[in-house]
Amino acid sequence: MSFNVRNMTVHEALSLMERRECTSEQIIRGLLDEIRAVDGRIDAYLMVNEDDAINQAKAADRARAEGKKGKLLGVPIAVKDILNVRGQQCTCASRILSGYVSPYDATAVARLRSEGAVFVGRTNLDEFAMGSTTENSGFKVTKNPRNTDYVPGGSSGGSAAAVAGGEAIAALGTDTGGSVRLPAAFCGCVGLKPSYGRISRYGLTAYASSLDQIGPITKDVTDAAVLLGTMAGWDEMDSTSVKIPVPDYMAGLSGDLKNMKLGLPREYFVKGMDPEVEKIVRAAVAKCRALGAEIVDVSLPHTEYAVSTYYIIATAEASANLARFDGVRYGFRIKGASDPIDMYGKTRAAGFGPEVKRRIILGTYVLSSGYYDAYYLSAQKVRTLIRRDFENVFKQCDALLAPVSPTVAYRIGEKTGDPLQMYLGDIFTVTANLAGICGLSVPCGVNKEGLPVGLQVLGPAFGEEKILRIGHAYESAST
Amino acid sequence: MADLKMTSVDKIDVAYVAHLARLFLTDEEIRTFQGQLDHVVAYVKKINELDLKNVEPTSHAVMVQNVFREDVVKPGLSVEQVMSNAPATISDQFQVPKIVE
Amino acid sequence: MKYLTTIGLEVHVQLRTQSKMFCGCSSEFGAEPNTHVCPVCLGYPGAMPVMNREAVRKTIITGLMIGSKINEFSKFDRKSYFYPDMPKNYQISQYDKPLCVGGSVDIDVDGGIKRVAVTRIHLEEDVGKNMHFQNTSGVDFNRAGIPLMEIVSEPEISSPEEAFAYLLALKQILLYAGVSDCNLEEGNVRCDVNCSVRQEGQNEFGTKTEIKNLNTFKGVLNALKYEVVRQVETLESGGNICQETRRWDVDTGVTIAMRSKEYAHDYRYFPEPDLVPVVTTREQIEELQSNLPELPRYRRERFVKEYGIPEYDAAVLTADMSVAGYFEQAAKLSSNPKAISNWIMTEMLRLLSEKELDIRTVMITPSALAGLVKLTDDKVINSNSAKEVFAVLFDKGGDPNQIVKEKGLIQVSDSGAIEKFIEQAIADNPKSVADYLSGKEVAAKHILGQVMKLSRGKANPQLVGAILEEKLKVEKQKKNG
Repeated sequence: MSFNVRNMTVHEALSLMERRECTSEQIIRGLLDEIRAVDGRIDAYLMVNEDDAINQAKAADRARAEGKKGKLLGVPIAVKDILNVRGQQCTCASRILSGYVSPYDATAVARLRSEGAVFVGRTNLDEFAMGSTTENSGFKVTKNPRNTDYVPGGSSGGSAAAVAGGEAIAALGTDTGGSVRLPAAFCGCVGLKPSYGRISRYGLTAYASSLDQIGPITKDVTDAAVLLGTMAGWDEMDSTSVKIPVPDYMAGLSGDLKNMKLGLPREYFVKGMDPEVEKIVRAAVAKCRALGAEIVDVSLPHTEYAVSTYYIIATAEASANLARFDGVRYGFRIKGASDPIDMYGKTRAAGFGPEVKRRIILGTYVLSSGYYDAYYLSAQKVRTLIRRDFENVFKQCDALLAPVSPTVAYRIGEKTGDPLQMYLGDIFTVTANLAGICGLSVPCGVNKEGLPVGLQVLGPAFGEEKILRIGHAYESAST
Repeated sequence: MADLKMTSVDKIDVAYVAHLARLFLTDEEIRTFQGQLDHVVAYVKKINELDLKNVEPTSHAVMVQNVFREDVVKPGLSVEQVMSNAPATISDQFQVPKIVE
Repeated sequence: MKYLTTIGLEVHVQLRTQSKMFCGCSSEFGAEPNTHVCPVCLGYPGAMPVMNREAVRKTIITGLMIGSKINEFSKFDRKSYFYPDMPKNYQISQYDKPLCVGGSVDIDVDGGIKRVAVTRIHLEEDVGKNMHFQNTSGVDFNRAGIPLMEIVSEPEISSPEEAFAYLLALKQILLYAGVSDCNLEEGNVRCDVNCSVRQEGQNEFGTKTEIKNLNTFKGVLNALKYEVVRQVETLESGGNICQETRRWDVDTGVTIAMRSKEYAHDYRYFPEPDLVPVVTTREQIEELQSNLPELPRYRRERFVKEYGIPEYDAAVLTADMSVAGYFEQAAKLSSNPKAISNWIMTEMLRLLSEKELDIRTVMITPSALAGLVKLTDDKVINSNSAKEVFAVLFDKGGDPNQIVKEKGLIQVSDSGAIEKFIEQAIADNPKSVADYLSGKEVAAKHILGQVMKLSRGKANPQLVGAILEEKLKVEKQKKNG
């Protein structure tokens, strides 16, 4: 074959198929070969439906032959196993959803499908997206393709590992506190968390409803723009999606940063962070200056409260969102329960893993009688302060540059015993979710061990055009 | 800070909260979670250091309001589809252990 | 020792909508189990609610009808508890920002009016239905997600009878407002009641109990009657009332403590993040306000004043909004509203219920009824004929004047003609005449009947009576003379 699936991007696949240099079926077969070759080592996928994927690809090829158009006609997309795809499992990497077959497409999935995308398989994640390493999957631990002794990041670790490992052209993840950006950074790919309300959440199994967003994980910024453009826009099924026109994200990828003012939030360059990471990110900042951007120092004073705020709000919402998993209507049920309460208690105890249980307990606690004001209500108020911090800095600059994480990927097992230490690693990503703004993770180098570092570009709500343009300019100059 | 004083004496009661959340934990789980969550709670409490008296809470990141659907019937799922996902059924209903009221 | 009773009611009313509160499933009653369900109302992973505009509108209308303040900013919250009929194990309800706050319902008490204050009205989704089998239970989610309005009264009701009157008045308002069918058989109205007693002179309320899920008004009345007696007897015998939830057992006629649900009251309310706030502008409220139907109580008082009909008639007529509307249309065309009222309260309501018809679609128009009343008042026809005409109008409609002509029902008031009928009747009934003359006054009635028969019902009965009396007087003199 004259093409290489391993490094293929969405826009390359599209132009190859348009020029009739290959078919969707060939791409899928190539991809399935890659999965067979490497997934035993990486464990990115929870399910690959070969026959179904080939059939979808054949249908796409026929459609193309008939002259039908589609922005993603015949392009394979891997989907995090937390998004509903009609007729497929949706386990959320939890045993509690074993046996559940989704009867409907998430809106984002439906939009990709209507543009001709092919759904290859389901990628691994931290159970219900709760985690930053993908070690919390109820089924298996995904490894970082750059070095399989390391975690891929999480919670969309399967999607990032599949893309970075050449097992997927592009993938969908979800980002509640960094779950797209962090694994993208750890694996060395591009991850976009759109603004809250930009992509419909309908069909995304909710972890924390006021923070969740679907985002693409891709090999380059152009692909992120293509996928965002396909999925974005108001949806009548999601009341929190926003009726703002979807711009042509591709058109904004001009390649330069002239007249751009970029802020460096001082709270995101703090002692305690990995000095190598800081050095690499600062080098990336310098490159952006060289591309014509003006760099200014800014401050987001409430950053130190972000992790607390995030863990109160996210777990509170999660405690309610996950209450529905009770063994009555779908999924797993314990056998031999004596009454409904017994059935709930035992089903949930057996069906959920430890991190999910911890978060449900924390979330239940912060909402319970007598504690609501001190935790949940206070957290919502701090959320207001964090949001205002961003509103203020976006009056001073177009976007912000920052690291995605204070460290590179951890070794597998390194932090599993200490949840608080794990939570603190989310410090640079949770703020975007709390404020509802958009963020992009772009690879900006590797450390001495060859582990990737991500540059985070944060933009104002519905400022995806800006951050994609910045990410694209940086990426073009670096490769 | 009244809040701080209050929260310093309050400790998460993992066994009670787990029951509220319908999670039947083992004693070992309760011990482990108690230790871990004590740390987490002590950490997250620090938001009460801030003066939040005159701050409005944010429950939605976007300022959207009045999103309605019209009162129109749309097709749902078939009973076969619905029952095929059910762990146990009885006469096209979801079977559960006997409910005592 | 005398005891005072304090009662508060939470009334859950199913709103009249086509679809459910947060999804497009049908809210139709009586379908096969689990046939009106979708990912949203089954709480499937990833499904999200979207508010039904009509349900919100109808709740606001209800608030305006009872004089509530409409919250310009309202929102939904999650109320968490686990139960098999709960698809998400939280119910989407409203906690601190309900759609409507305050208001009141007037009830009739001992010939006077008592105003019962309403605390709030909020909107929520219904739960599914548990069915009990031999050793197991089943859940049907057709009802899950149907819009329910919860109307919470202040604890200002002082007897089971007042509670009953409150429910009747409330139901009438809901029907007038067109917000609910209030069909009790279909479970459209379900009540939770709080009840406590205290000794006269004691200021603080006694410990209250809650009786849940009463689905008939009689059930509310009987359960409360029982509960008041139970509480008083418990206190009298030196016992204490426990704060608990009880249920009413219709078959045995007693309330029974429900198995206490531990931790049941920690509902962990927080704002529903999947929904956005409901903001109602002053203009929208004014718009709804200007189109509100008249409250039944006001209408009743107005009928008495404007149409001079008795209080009793006004109450019967206004019990049903369409009956009241019909009456008013006809009364406006007539100079005798009391006669209109009589027709409606007797013949009309009887025939409607016999034939299971709706007054909004009857053949007899309000103007035809007014015409019929005029024909009677003008003595063009007598009351017997009027009944006949009414029957025709009810079945086929048409113009009463025309029917009277066609049927030849015009009353005979020509004394010459009537005298002839009387003479013949006297001639034909010598025995009755003899009876009369021997002192049996009732025999005159029989003769009068014969006269009417001879006239085929058309003779003016007053005239017949007068002339007959004369004639019989003459006969008497003959006999005595």
